[in-house]
Amino acid sequence: MSIDQTTVVKIAHLARLKIPTEEQKQVAGELNKILEWITQLDEVDVTAVEPMSSVNDVPLRWRDDIVTDGDKMADIMTNAPAKTADFFTVPKVVE
Amino acid sequence: MAYVQGQTGEWEMVIGLEVHAQVTSNAKLFSGAATEFGAAPNAQVSLVDAAFPGMLPVINGKCVEQAVRTGLGLQAEINLVSVFDRKNYFYADLPPGYQISQYKNPIVGKGEIVLDLADGTSRTIGITRLHLEQDAGKSMHDQSPNETYVDLNRAGVALMEIVSEPDMRSGEEAGAYLKKLRAIMRYLGTCDGNMEEGSMRCDVNLSMRRKGDTKLGTRCEIKNVNSIRFVQQAIEFESHRQVELLEGGNVVKQETRLWDTTKGETRAMRSKEEAHDYRYFPDPDLLPLKLDQKWVNDIKMTLPELPDQKKDRFIRDYGLKSYDAMVLVAERASADFFEAVAKGRDGKLAANWVTGEFFGALNKLGKTVNDSPVSAQALGELVDLISNQTISNRIAKDVFEAMLETGKGAAALVEEKGLRQVTDLGSIEKSIDEILTAHADKVAEYKSGKDKLFGFFVGQVMKTTGGKANPAVLNELLKKKLNS
Repeated sequence: MSIDQTTVVKIAHLARLKIPTEEQKQVAGELNKILEWITQLDEVDVTAVEPMSSVNDVPLRWRDDIVTDGDKMADIMTNAPAKTADFFTVPKVVE
Repeated sequence: MAYVQGQTGEWEMVIGLEVHAQVTSNAKLFSGAATEFGAAPNAQVSLVDAAFPGMLPVINGKCVEQAVRTGLGLQAEINLVSVFDRKNYFYADLPPGYQISQYKNPIVGKGEIVLDLADGTSRTIGITRLHLEQDAGKSMHDQSPNETYVDLNRAGVALMEIVSEPDMRSGEEAGAYLKKLRAIMRYLGTCDGNMEEGSMRCDVNLSMRRKGDTKLGTRCEIKNVNSIRFVQQAIEFESHRQVELLEGGNVVKQETRLWDTTKGETRAMRSKEEAHDYRYFPDPDLLPLKLDQKWVNDIKMTLPELPDQKKDRFIRDYGLKSYDAMVLVAERASADFFEAVAKGRDGKLAANWVTGEFFGALNKLGKTVNDSPVSAQALGELVDLISNQTISNRIAKDVFEAMLETGKGAAALVEEKGLRQVTDLGSIEKSIDEILTAHADKVAEYKSGKDKLFGFFVGQVMKTTGGKANPAVLNELLKKKLNS
């Protein structure tokens, strides 16, 4: 698998990153290097290993269904670039 | 099965539904903030829900249990290992830039729902899967001309996404599916099913094919339809739109559409809004969710009697007709009310009263079984008076009206208004004699063959007795007199 300039533009758009045209080729090259490095994993025979989403063999910790949090509007809103009353406000998202 | 009549023939609808059902729980799926509806904006938000750096999700065990309960109620496979994935997209009401969901390995697999249709038949609809995921925050677009307001109270609340097979063939079936799914979840206590408050939302997948075809056509998805009536309206509109396209030699474009409630039409979302590439991957903050089979079995032991089982029991134990049983079990509150009325009484008579006069009155008053002005005990007392022939069914309707108005008991009202049914032969006979004497001409007509006048005489006697004559006794006596 090789990443071309079009793919870079697409990924950048999905991640909402602005990559100037003159840098796109360079980024494609860097991403390809990362992929190549990861491709080394293909050398390992994993046919006998079940697909896994974590290597930690510990159980997922569960929480009780008790309200322990909330009522911290001021904290939540600290970094909000814009707000009205207790709402976050953003430029209109039209449906 | 209902077909859509086009210019060139009949078309069949193929419908699959995706339902987002809010899990009934105190706290959110991955944080300790409250889930209660209607709180002040952003009052029920933790730093996890607002995606502050370094905050980690910790799963709420109750939400897992509720998903498993729902799965068991849908006769579905429970997957003892499931995985949470990140579904990546940007939107103002999604602070982390991703939704934690389950993609490849959902907690619940294949199941089924049996639909009861209006014509008395039933149909089984397949459930593809049920998975747990987080809700997003709420965007309000109508508060300001150039801004969108965001409230994160809903962000992080647990949802069950329940996906059906494309097994439905009409708007009626889609409606029946939603009602049945809602009833099952309400019986289980896993979702309150309140579509107005958004705790149950529906996406409709619809394609059309010629009657007899087995190949599926291209489908459209209608997003976020928030009432059963709108789902049916959207299906009606969209099916005709697709048929017109196909018959005009055009193709249906696979796309996401919106249901516009004011215009009563579906329209395409802007293509930019649907250009999604979610780049799912397992959430590194969460380990796989592993369940113990014994724990699942223990939950199974606690399941209540579900609508289908209750319906069968009502038919078996109370001798109800399938339709009446279906109406009664649709809501658990109605079923409980009926059983309280029917206990130790004539089940059929009780069912007639509950589904007839009682539901009619609630409808008219805009009330529910839970805030009914007449209790099950009070209605039971009225049914007793009919059963022991103190009053006729007709008089009972008047008594019931009076019960609604005054809140008094049935027996007290019957005494107070002197409505006790006259079964005394002598007094009924006296009334009959009076009527026959007063209408000698009609008696002669009757005797010369005008049988229909019998009803006239019954009516006249009922009128003089204020409707209190026992109908059976009256009929018998009157027949005897007229034929003598």
